[in-house]
Amino acid sequence: MDLTDYERAMLDGEHGRAKARAMDLLVRYGEALGAERLVETNNVAGAFNASTPSVKHIVERGMDSVFSELNLDSDEVVEVPRMAASTCQLITGIDNDNWKLQGASEELIGMQREAERYLGARGINMFATCTPYQVGNVPVKGEHCAWMESSAVIYCNSVLGARTNVEGKESTGAAGLTGRIPYWGYHITENRYGSHLIELDTEVDDMMDWGLLGYFIGYAVEDEIPVLQQATHQPNLIKLKHFGAAAASSGGVEMYHIPGVTPEAPTLEDAFGGRKPREVIRYGKAERKATYEKLQSASDRKVDFIMLGCPHNSIEQMELIAHLLTDRTIHPDVQLWVHTPRAIKQVADRNGYCEVITKAGGVVMSDTCPAISRRLPPGVRVIATDSAKQAHYLPAIAKVDGWFGSVRQCIEAAVSGQWNGAV
Amino acid sequence: MMTTVEEGTRLQTITIHGRKVVGGKAEGEALVTRDTISGWGGINERDGTIIELSHELRGQSFAGKVLVFPGAKGSSGWSAYFHMTRLNGVAPAAMIFERMTTKIALGAVVTRVPAVTECEPDPFAVIETGDWVSVDADAGTVTVVKKGGRAAETA
Repeated sequence: MDLTDYERAMLDGEHGRAKARAMDLLVRYGEALGAERLVETNNVAGAFNASTPSVKHIVERGMDSVFSELNLDSDEVVEVPRMAASTCQLITGIDNDNWKLQGASEELIGMQREAERYLGARGINMFATCTPYQVGNVPVKGEHCAWMESSAVIYCNSVLGARTNVEGKESTGAAGLTGRIPYWGYHITENRYGSHLIELDTEVDDMMDWGLLGYFIGYAVEDEIPVLQQATHQPNLIKLKHFGAAAASSGGVEMYHIPGVTPEAPTLEDAFGGRKPREVIRYGKAERKATYEKLQSASDRKVDFIMLGCPHNSIEQMELIAHLLTDRTIHPDVQLWVHTPRAIKQVADRNGYCEVITKAGGVVMSDTCPAISRRLPPGVRVIATDSAKQAHYLPAIAKVDGWFGSVRQCIEAAVSGQWNGAV
Repeated sequence: MMTTVEEGTRLQTITIHGRKVVGGKAEGEALVTRDTISGWGGINERDGTIIELSHELRGQSFAGKVLVFPGAKGSSGWSAYFHMTRLNGVAPAAMIFERMTTKIALGAVVTRVPAVTECEPDPFAVIETGDWVSVDADAGTVTVVKKGGRAAETA
């Protein structure tokens, strides 16, 4: 790989051991990709926190050991300085307030808090959400980023027109310290054009519709770039957040275009960069129904646990849930957890939404989600969720059966204890 | 390509050429899947088993195997979970894959096992689960001894 003089100096240790190890990883990673060079980035979103039992034995050797091993893939333990690039922490394993309800131990929350002090002192901003773009990190069009979190990456590329590949724990650690990331994939204009045309032949309007469409497209195009034609309704942040998360879960979609909606596709022709689509795929009523059925892994209609807020809820979603729960009580056999970024929770608290949800018997969680934490209330067998991503992952991770539906269907199930969703 | 395969079948060993992703040499029994693999949420990093519900290898472990697969999909936790399989001693012995992505490049780098891609002839046409596979990533070669071929050699 071609390195600049400054990058070479970092690699040679002239700017400290931490940057040398970071550059070593970036070079190994860049060469594995076949990248010709690195690109400057000043926007890194990664996973640095230590809050799971599996890393306890590393935490015992100190936080520098954790960062060296897990964020730099370095056998040498280096002293980690302040980040060179603007860097934020994505979702974590434990809710700093509701950790007891999650079944986390004093020891684990102690680990998380120690990690936060360590990371905070190095300039890593504790957004603690899978949706940094909801709480202040909104890159501009064309900005080179190094983001993790597949649902955030697809949003960053497609909706914002900024440029990132799906990075990992190790590459975001190295990017934070050096302000560099391999110039490959979605950093390059040529790789951002559409490949597959998706012809919409059924209405796609509410959040559940967009989740189903995303889940269908992920299976249909794997990690290619779909372009949506004939979208009859204007989507918004909430719908595209769900759409992208679903497409990134069932496939590996990291970018899409909706002509007239997303910034790099003023027209259908722009979306394909003047080329013809490689494949045309139709999404109609039959495809929608089959996708809906694919997402249901439960058969018992008696539910124990309702999970809302994947990706983390916007303030509008919090308002809707509070509205649907006003003067109602959740069934005694059911637990409801609603997830939203901590910064949005402050607003939801101020608006009284959290009070309504809590009074009904629900819990408002921040910082985490059940799939990331692998923590659910004890004894849960059957879950329901409004998230295609969570319906995809949680049954595999937590060995539960899952229902997928709309937020209204989920709230009705929380109140009655019975799943009555259908399409 | 078919000629090569047929000749190879007769000889019981087949050589494939590819591009080095991560250097090194390793050998082991092949575990082949046409399904892409999720890291986070797709594998158990404590025992190296595939856990994704609809995956054809669900319940099978890749620990110590030469994993032949199309590539990575799903969450950005891919590298971190394969990284943990190395720390837990249940990583695959080597990786042979088709589609280059950042997830798999970084994942292979931090798993620190020999890895190759852009292989010719098509590894899916040549390698079956249970074949004995040697990967020399630095040389860009993969040697396949067909199931039964090795028993015949050592008999």
